[in-house]
Amino acid sequence: MNGALAAIVAPGFFASAPVQVAAAVGALVALVSGTVGVFTVIRGQAFAGEALGDIGTTGESGAFLVGVGPLWGLAGVAVAAAAVMELIGIQRPRGRDLATGIVLGAGLGLAALLLYLYNVDHSASGATFTILFGSPFAISSSTIPLVVAFAVVALGLMLALFRPLLLSSVSPELAAARGIPVRLVGGLYLLALAAAVALAAFTIGTILSTALLVGPAATALRLTRSPARALLAAGLIGVGAMWLGILMAYDSYDWPPAGHGWPVSFFVVTLILLGYLLAGIRHGRRRRDGGRRSSTLRTTALERPGD
Amino acid sequence: MTDDRSDGRGSQLLSVERVSVSLAGREVLRDVSFEIRAGEFTGLIGSNGAGKTTLFRVILGLQAASEGSVLVGGRPRSRRNPMIGYVPQKFLLDPDTPLRTRDLVGLGLDAHRFGVALPSRTRRARIDAMLEAVDARGFADQRVGNLSGGEQQRALIAHALIAAPRLLLLDEPLANLDLRSGHEVVALLARIAREQQIAILISAHEMNPLLGVMERIVYLAAGRAASGTTQEVVRTSVLSALYGHHVDVLRVHGRVLVVAGEAGELADTSDPAHTQTQVEIIS
Repeated sequence: MNGALAAIVAPGFFASAPVQVAAAVGALVALVSGTVGVFTVIRGQAFAGEALGDIGTTGESGAFLVGVGPLWGLAGVAVAAAAVMELIGIQRPRGRDLATGIVLGAGLGLAALLLYLYNVDHSASGATFTILFGSPFAISSSTIPLVVAFAVVALGLMLALFRPLLLSSVSPELAAARGIPVRLVGGLYLLALAAAVALAAFTIGTILSTALLVGPAATALRLTRSPARALLAAGLIGVGAMWLGILMAYDSYDWPPAGHGWPVSFFVVTLILLGYLLAGIRHGRRRRDGGRRSSTLRTTALERPGD
Repeated sequence: MTDDRSDGRGSQLLSVERVSVSLAGREVLRDVSFEIRAGEFTGLIGSNGAGKTTLFRVILGLQAASEGSVLVGGRPRSRRNPMIGYVPQKFLLDPDTPLRTRDLVGLGLDAHRFGVALPSRTRRARIDAMLEAVDARGFADQRVGNLSGGEQQRALIAHALIAAPRLLLLDEPLANLDLRSGHEVVALLARIAREQQIAILISAHEMNPLLGVMERIVYLAAGRAASGTTQEVVRTSVLSALYGHHVDVLRVHGRVLVVAGEAGELADTSDPAHTQTQVEIIS
């Protein structure tokens, strides 16, 4: 029994300081991403989340170039990009993708320049890899207070806005009729999204941050029916994938090519995908039972006359 | 139409006074006036594009009137007016959206509040009672995105009613229901109006499903309105004046047909059956 455990959990895993920091930061980040992500999926803003993460590349490479903390660069650019998206028109369904696409393109162009400048200066490509694909084991314990602060902001916003945000997300019309300031609520949600994406990009890399944001949330939506339970489930699924991913990455030091652990992000993202597919098997069975009803609803919805 | 009713039933709840609305240079509503009293069942009848949804948006305070005013309970309406409940026409949810019928009803209770709703026995009891009142207990734990059209209407009615409004606005609730579900929703609304003394304003492009329960009618055509009892409004002289040309009102087996003599002028292209005949059935 102990032998089997030792084969799974390599000796020294729990005692390793980088592992402890990665596990603590990773869990907090996964919790934030999962809860914020449920609303990203309900609101159909996965593309905006993806874009904020990608644009984080600009912020993080800028931070490397100037020499400030990468998390500040990520968050600063994500919040600025979210504000620009909001101004261009993310609140309109059709303006949403356009606003996101325009901001994304501009941001990535700038990222290309900043990364070029940094690499010319430092003749090292390690930074590019870290920015794009993340490296939880390289997180310095001194950034923990900042991670906690960002997590508190994002989780605090989600808890405070939960009810008005939920109604605004399922029906802006109903929310507006009740006097909920739909646009303000949507703007504050974008702020929470920017914080969540910055944290995820910091931990598993800018281009993989969407996986942590959308994956556990989409899985949770397949498993639960109530909104509060979906938030909880998404957070827990994210934490589970993160911890298991860290464990497997630690084990992978012994895998070929030996001595160079595989990227944590690879394991985390793969586990999230597996979880989503597994949830789909269960969900598909349930959906077939009630499939007839939802398909008739869709047909009638299409025939609905406009006034 | 004049609004001098002597029966004195209920106090004046909603007063729309000479409201005109222009959208993008086009006059959508012109000089629309009517009143609604407590517990009254009123039908807002008009073809597609007659301005029904715009009128609702004005009453809800989501659209400013270019002229005229809307009084709720005798006062100019405020942004968040708990006296008015609203059931929208379009409510499309993905079946994956984690929102059960009871969650939607719960949001009707306290969606404007900050924070997460803490589960409590009284809250649950209120939601259960509301679900019971609209015969929605059977699908209380189903996702709203999986409900049939009629079930979804009842869930939305419960969402609006649990906030205890005095006036309930329903935007084309029968538009995508089969006859039976439509009849059930109408009967439910009539019961609510009677038992709880809640005024109901329901928009529809077809008045016949509402004839049995409608106490008053607001007939919209070309942005203008006539209001009163069905007998007062649905007459050849009144509707001809409203449309600005001659229309005939025919009563056949307890159903009302509004027929325009000249086809084409008022072509209601939303229903191909109408355009095939030479007469134009407006409502």
